Amino acid sequence: MSFLLEIAWTHVSSRIRQTFIGVLGVATGVGFTIMLAGLMQGGQKDIIHMLVDTMPHVTVTDERISTADQPAEQFYGASQAANLVAVARRSGITNPSQVISAIQPWLPGSIAPSVKISAMINLSQERIGVKLTGIDPRQEEHVSKLVDKMREGQLSDLNRAPNAVIIGEALAKKLGARVGSNVTISTGQGISISGPVVGIFQFGVRDMDEGQIYALIRTAQVLVAQPTLINEIHVRLNDALAARDVASQIEGQTGYRSVSWQEANADLLSVFKVRELITMLVMAAMLLASTFAIYSIISTITNEKRHDIAIMKSLGIKERLVRLIFIIESVMIGTVGVLAGSALGYFLCLAMGQITFTNPFTGSKEPVPVYLTITDYALVALLSLICCAAAALLPSWKATRVHPVDIIRGAS
Amino acid sequence: MTPTALQTVGLVRRVEGEVSTTLVDGIDLEVKEGEFVAITGPSGSGKSSLLYLLGLLDAPTEGELYIGGQATSRLSDSQRADLRLSTLGFVFQFHFLLPEFPALNNVLLPMRALGRLSPAAMRAKAVALLDSLGLKEAVNKLPSQLSGGQRQRVALARALANDPQILIADEPTGNLDSVSTDQVFSILRDVARQNRTVVVVTHDLGLAARADRTIRIVDGKIAEQSCGPHTTG
Repeated sequence: MSFLLEIAWTHVSSRIRQTFIGVLGVATGVGFTIMLAGLMQGGQKDIIHMLVDTMPHVTVTDERISTADQPAEQFYGASQAANLVAVARRSGITNPSQVISAIQPWLPGSIAPSVKISAMINLSQERIGVKLTGIDPRQEEHVSKLVDKMREGQLSDLNRAPNAVIIGEALAKKLGARVGSNVTISTGQGISISGPVVGIFQFGVRDMDEGQIYALIRTAQVLVAQPTLINEIHVRLNDALAARDVASQIEGQTGYRSVSWQEANADLLSVFKVRELITMLVMAAMLLASTFAIYSIISTITNEKRHDIAIMKSLGIKERLVRLIFIIESVMIGTVGVLAGSALGYFLCLAMGQITFTNPFTGSKEPVPVYLTITDYALVALLSLICCAAAALLPSWKATRVHPVDIIRGAS
Repeated sequence: MTPTALQTVGLVRRVEGEVSTTLVDGIDLEVKEGEFVAITGPSGSGKSSLLYLLGLLDAPTEGELYIGGQATSRLSDSQRADLRLSTLGFVFQFHFLLPEFPALNNVLLPMRALGRLSPAAMRAKAVALLDSLGLKEAVNKLPSQLSGGQRQRVALARALANDPQILIADEPTGNLDSVSTDQVFSILRDVARQNRTVVVVTHDLGLAARADRTIRIVDGKIAEQSCGPHTTG
């Protein structure tokens, strides 16, 4: 085996220019593939972080996943009911404290009740439809990143004035409101209240910053004239990726429909899958293109080495061993190319991370998100080496099929 | 009785094409161990084709070749390669040394492929072999730094590296001057004296006369056989 390595090394080291071109081809392919992977992952992670930050990991709604217990079941040991459908009317979660107490002991995270209603907010002539979420500020800070997203005021300021609200920055701009402005909130039930804006937040997500406001739970209950209403329970987990499992566990335990953040954003996540596939294909094409450089070099070497191949075969060195020489050469060039490409990819990612763009919605300067793990490097390197080895298969196979006698006769 | 090293029975090599050409036409031949046989004949007579068949570089269309009593027609490519590596040594008109490797590494190549000896033993043997062929100074020289005669002697050393029982040489002196030619033939003669079989194709009838037996091939057939001065019976 060592003599094969020695021959292979001699071939590649005595052809510096060709070897350099091969290394350059592989390095370019690997470097840009790594950069592309970093950008793709960075972009996705950025969006996912945004999703995970702006919404509860699991939202327990007041929608029943099965019909409620029937009265007959309460009075008789056995009963049968047919053609039952879940009641469409959703009057909130029955006995929310009990539901929370049942979940809390095993839940790997925090939990908070809330009321979600639709409302209109107006200031002067501006009247805008919004989602109002009634929260308990002390509990909410454990289940959302709202506290971190406050630009002005604090969550606890909701307690400082009756009917106080916290609104998004974009909404405040639309309304012309600021902290201290008095706004009017009204609902479809014909109830209307006035209260001050005590805080302004910015998530950097249009839906949230333009269409979401927060008030105390009590305020929301007044607006729908249901003084005990709790229609959502928000859950934040220590591990956001466990949301699907936790949601189904809560659903099974409480009978209330529980939605994980992944389920709530299934459309977006499925778009990611398509995007991922496209990016993978582009990366594969880049790697493949870089291996053409290897193919070309190995073809040239095998062509130049026809005499050597013939003599090695005539000496009795097996065809597969001769073929292995050229595959080793390809892997040698590939290995150097992969190492150089990994460094190139790393610096390209660093350079990309320095580029900033202006978020058209928030107006803030944000860096291009880039994210790479050592696994990504390893994966690209492995794929590239496999491609390099594969690129040598055809030319080495063709070259070693040569009949020694044909070469020997030709040379004599 | 001296054992047989090589034997052919009705050996035929035909090349099919628009016009079928018979390169070797039914040759029956027996070469003893330690025998030095020269094959002569006009250009295109089939002597090299016969040599390639004897060296397992080519396969006969018909007939059988026995090497050390073993029939070879049914051997796989891999088995033929093994047999070439362990039993046969080749020298060609063109030296075919690997150009990027010094003389020593060229001689080491078949030894390393066979892997019978330790690296140190291989190296010692290769150096000794080169030394015995008058190439002590050429051990670390590239083929391009050697004269034609030296290259051919390195090729000879490589052919002898695995102590082959049969040495096959195709016009080994075809590109050499008279001094080098004489040297190479003397070496081949010495190899035969070590009870190894040597089969040489040559145009040089003077050199052929130094062999134990000369076989003249014409049109792919043995036209004439004669014993040389070294024949011992």
